Amino acid sequence: MTAVTDETLSFDEAMAKYDPVLGFEVHVELNTRTKMFSAAPNAFGDEPNTNVSPVDLGLPGVLPVVNRAAVEYSIKIGLALGCKIAPSCTFARKNYFYPDTPKNFQTSQYEDPIAYDGAIDIELEDGTVFTVEIERAHMEEDAGKLTHMGGATGRIQGADFSLVDYNRAGVPLVEIVTKPIVGAGSRAPELARAYVATIREIVKNLGVSDARMERGNVRCDANVSLMPKGSATFGTRSETKNVNSLRAVERAVRYEIQRHAAVLESGQKVTQETRHWHEDTRSTTAGRPKSDADDYRYFPEPDLVPVVTSEEWIEELRAQLPEPPAERRRRLKEAWGYSDAEFRDVVNAGVMDSIEETIAAGASAAAARKWWMGEVSRRAKEAEVDPAELGITAATIVELDSLIRAGKINDKLARKVLEHVLAGEGTPAEVVQQHGMAVVSDDAALLEAIDAALAAQPDVAEKIRGGKVQAAGAIVGGVMKATRGQADAGRVRELIFERLGVAG
Amino acid sequence: MSEINREAVAHLARLAHIEMTAEELDKMAGELDVIVDSIKTVSEVAGDDVPATSHPIPLANVFREDVPGATLTNEQALSGAPDAEDGRFKVPAILDEE
Repeated sequence: MTAVTDETLSFDEAMAKYDPVLGFEVHVELNTRTKMFSAAPNAFGDEPNTNVSPVDLGLPGVLPVVNRAAVEYSIKIGLALGCKIAPSCTFARKNYFYPDTPKNFQTSQYEDPIAYDGAIDIELEDGTVFTVEIERAHMEEDAGKLTHMGGATGRIQGADFSLVDYNRAGVPLVEIVTKPIVGAGSRAPELARAYVATIREIVKNLGVSDARMERGNVRCDANVSLMPKGSATFGTRSETKNVNSLRAVERAVRYEIQRHAAVLESGQKVTQETRHWHEDTRSTTAGRPKSDADDYRYFPEPDLVPVVTSEEWIEELRAQLPEPPAERRRRLKEAWGYSDAEFRDVVNAGVMDSIEETIAAGASAAAARKWWMGEVSRRAKEAEVDPAELGITAATIVELDSLIRAGKINDKLARKVLEHVLAGEGTPAEVVQQHGMAVVSDDAALLEAIDAALAAQPDVAEKIRGGKVQAAGAIVGGVMKATRGQADAGRVRELIFERLGVAG
Repeated sequence: MSEINREAVAHLARLAHIEMTAEELDKMAGELDVIVDSIKTVSEVAGDDVPATSHPIPLANVFREDVPGATLTNEQALSGAPDAEDGRFKVPAILDEE
């Protein structure tokens, strides 16, 4: 296969002429202890072909048995996506010949998925909400992992042979399929990213998947098609695979929109095919023409009996669902009294959990936000880590805050204290003690410094006496310098006016 | 007559990676056609009140608890492989998925 660089139209031009229609198939690997149809461990990173049983290898005469936990996790995902749960559903064989499945079929679901007809709200960064309808969520199994050897790039082109590890074969998967998403317009790439992020957040929150995209726990195939503005007839779609980071999802959708637009503008037709995303070149290349569902020759799996879900079972599982992430955000925003912009910044900075813990530990909502969004975020940025990973605990923030409120330290000192805490020198109170950092709250000591500052700047003293209260800043500065920043500036100001007998 | 013809059989053979001669295709098309027609006759017997079924026994929810069980060793897993390398099955590079 030769590398052909496809023409693309600028995104703005594409958007001026066409409306994109999106669709997603997201595969979620469940974090059950064992596989979907065998008791082999579901584990990542073990020696190749050690977490395999005869069932996973498709050896003759084996019989699969469904993992109850995997069914329950699937029902929970369905409920969290607002889906109906099928009263009864079956498994089906999806037949294809490729070495990643030793059985020559993937056990999946076809006509009757366990969950269907759902909808979730997707919130974009600026707060705009899109509702995405879910067509279905069905149970299936993952395939083995192929490594292509001999080629220069690790891709199959030029490879001499492939090595197969079946540890992943049979790991429980839930495939979540959306209905066509219309109306996103120029926000389609952003929506694509937010959709996958939301699915990842939901399954992580449910505790049914480790949801680590870099490990392939959440994988996305993105369908893109264009229709001329004003038209309601869908165009021919491409299905882009291998988009395995949030950034890649956004870029791949954007690229495909631009590529489709260029094809249509040149008067040609878009080919219905699989495309592969390449992060290095930030472009897609053509894969195989999309097989018809007929070519998979789906048929009911004769070795597995139907899964029947009673009302009681579903309600028992529903009762176990944690608070949905979006609802939790709404609740916290209201409780904390942050503005829309403040709360969004908190979420985007990834410090919502930290702030919640800090408030629970006794800090005010304002103080928690001030520290996590301010000094802690700034230092985290310097250290190139997430604020939550800096090593600052809720207890540290609460202690700092109470030291400030008690007048023992000021904001400036508090930032220094934090630096010592980060250096592992103890709690804020211990740091203040060790370094003698407490503010000078002894009025006599402050008055001594004020007198010295007034004597050093007699002209300023005269101005203040004459009513120019704003001139007091120079004296405050002198006192702060003399006390190495350890004075309460507000108190110093009051004392200056007292000393000079003027009203502040 | 059903829709099973020579082309359909050739297509299925390709999907199943089975090589078939011209004679085999003709023979199989005829045989499969008879089978499909026979099943059609059975379908006519079942009225609308008989739901489609893939299992003769009315059984549901045969589950296994999520408890790890026995696995094969790497040697056992590879013991039937025509070729292996580095603890993994070695297969010809097949241009399909990429």
